[in-house]
Amino acid sequence: MRFDRNARRRWMNWIMSALALLCVVVALVPLGSIIYTAVTFGGHVLSFSFLTSGYPLACSPTPSQPTCPVGGIGPAIEGTGVLLALSSLFSVPPGILAGVYLSEFGRGRLGRSVSFFTDVMTGSPSIVVGIFVYTLFFLFFGPRGVFSALSGAVALAILMIPIVTRTTEEALRLVPNSVREAAYALGIPRYRAVLHVVLSAARGAILTGVVLAVMRAGGEAAPLLLTALGNPFGFQGLTQPSASLPPIIFNFGTSAYSNQVAVAWGAALVLIIIMLCISLTVRFALRSKLS
Amino acid sequence: MVEGALSHEDPRPTKLRVDGLSAFYGPKKAISNVSLDFPERTVTAIIGPSGCGKSTLIRCLNRMHEVLPGTRIEGRVLLDGEDIYDGDPVSVRRRIGMVFQKPNPFPTMSVYDNVAAGLKLNGIRDRARVDAAVIRSLKQAALWDEVKDAIDGPGTRLSGGQQQRLCIARALAIEPEVLLMDEPCSALDPIATAKIEDLIFDLRKTYTLVIVTHNMQQAARVAEFTAFMYLGELVEFDRTQTLFEQPKQKLTENYITGRFG
Ligand SMILES: Nc1ncnc2c1ncn2[C@@H]1O[C@H](COP(=O)(O)OP(=O)(O)OP(=O)(O)O)[C@@H](O)[C@H]1O
Ligand SMILES: [Mg+2]
Repeated sequence: MRFDRNARRRWMNWIMSALALLCVVVALVPLGSIIYTAVTFGGHVLSFSFLTSGYPLACSPTPSQPTCPVGGIGPAIEGTGVLLALSSLFSVPPGILAGVYLSEFGRGRLGRSVSFFTDVMTGSPSIVVGIFVYTLFFLFFGPRGVFSALSGAVALAILMIPIVTRTTEEALRLVPNSVREAAYALGIPRYRAVLHVVLSAARGAILTGVVLAVMRAGGEAAPLLLTALGNPFGFQGLTQPSASLPPIIFNFGTSAYSNQVAVAWGAALVLIIIMLCISLTVRFALRSKLS
Repeated sequence: MVEGALSHEDPRPTKLRVDGLSAFYGPKKAISNVSLDFPERTVTAIIGPSGCGKSTLIRCLNRMHEVLPGTRIEGRVLLDGEDIYDGDPVSVRRRIGMVFQKPNPFPTMSVYDNVAAGLKLNGIRDRARVDAAVIRSLKQAALWDEVKDAIDGPGTRLSGGQQQRLCIARALAIEPEVLLMDEPCSALDPIATAKIEDLIFDLRKTYTLVIVTHNMQQAARVAEFTAFMYLGELVEFDRTQTLFEQPKQKLTENYITGRFG
């Protein structure tokens, strides 16, 4: 009897482990396929100069000029860097504050409506956010102010705020109440307890949320096509259109010229690598901080 | 249950006076009309069966009860004759410290920062002063020898008993006048318990202590006065020796002799 139960348990354990492994494999297939395709089609253009040089001109191989210049994505990398920095600046402070409000103070009507609008923002499609920012800038700055680095950063920030808010809120809710009580019992005022004790206890999870938000924004093309638009030179000032990675993947990817298509694949690969690096750096930093 | 204020006949002045105190969680009354006096520089033990309201009572003594939503109190608590419920809870808690039933060190803070938190977050920047307070408190809490080499390591890496002593050190660092301890030894081994009891004995010279305990031997060892609570009411309050040897109430006698139920 006893032997039977053990055998069954081992058997079940084996099946469940196999199932779990299968699920992991299934989940990894798309990722593997994406990376494989990006490397196959874009790997050969990668080089240091690819990261720094300007976009390639449209060019088809001809008998007199059998190879086309590859060019690079320097302007897009510069633009994406500036856009992400600006949008983080616009979204991280309000996002964290809203999260703190929801978790620590937000009871009653105001808390519920902040929470509701955060959900709405999380759910709004990025293209709609793009249209919203487009309209907003059109109303305030006229047709010449619409396509600018500033409007692009605002659009990305709107996408990032709800992610930062929600992860901050969740992270703070995971901090046990006994920690807050310990702080109050020392005669520490509430705002200081929240700022120095509760937030610090949750800083790892909050940082993860910020990174998630940056990665989400970094991969967005649709709202940028309506706002930052793109330019061949990189970042040209806040009020000028700005280049960035996702839109050039879209633009060059649909180009008729093979050298530009190759650049689109290369840009896709670079985008994936950048995101991976950000994520790994933060994980690594968190781990070494905690130990 | 007992008529009149349960006051001690003691020459020392009253540090903390509880006057007709009732405490509620929402509609539920957890303690009812408790009055007692804690004389200055004494240890008072609060004993009673689980759920009788010991934690609730001491949480009312430094206004920690009101931290929970939906709670309220009736009655007064006087510190040096002034109602602590009149002013600002924050300044009350600086004068009346607390050690909780479960150890609750600040996560992500080092041992040092845990102890220094009360000073630093109350605006004391003087590094030498904070250092001295941290070392003094850790020594008082009988933890210094165990952590002096790992003072910058995380506080949560300590054992449960060490964490509790860390919390005691943290409370001592701000030098409160009254120290409330909710079963400070419930997570400790006999050796650490003996250290804490020695500590309580020493602290009595400067602080007024209130200690909740389930351990009647402990109450007998460290406390000059003992209060016995039952079902949210204060049944008897007297010198510890009197309470244990000649209890006036039948309930008290039943509880301390283990005949209960
Ligand atoms: N947060 C709360 N919400 C509602 N009721 C509570 C809460 N905390 C305690 N109570 C109730 O108040 C009463 C007294 O609880 P309290 O924690 O003061 O008991 P205690 O004497 O400290 O018990 P123990 O010895 O087990 O710690 C109990 O009946 C309990 O159910
Ligand atoms: Mg209790």
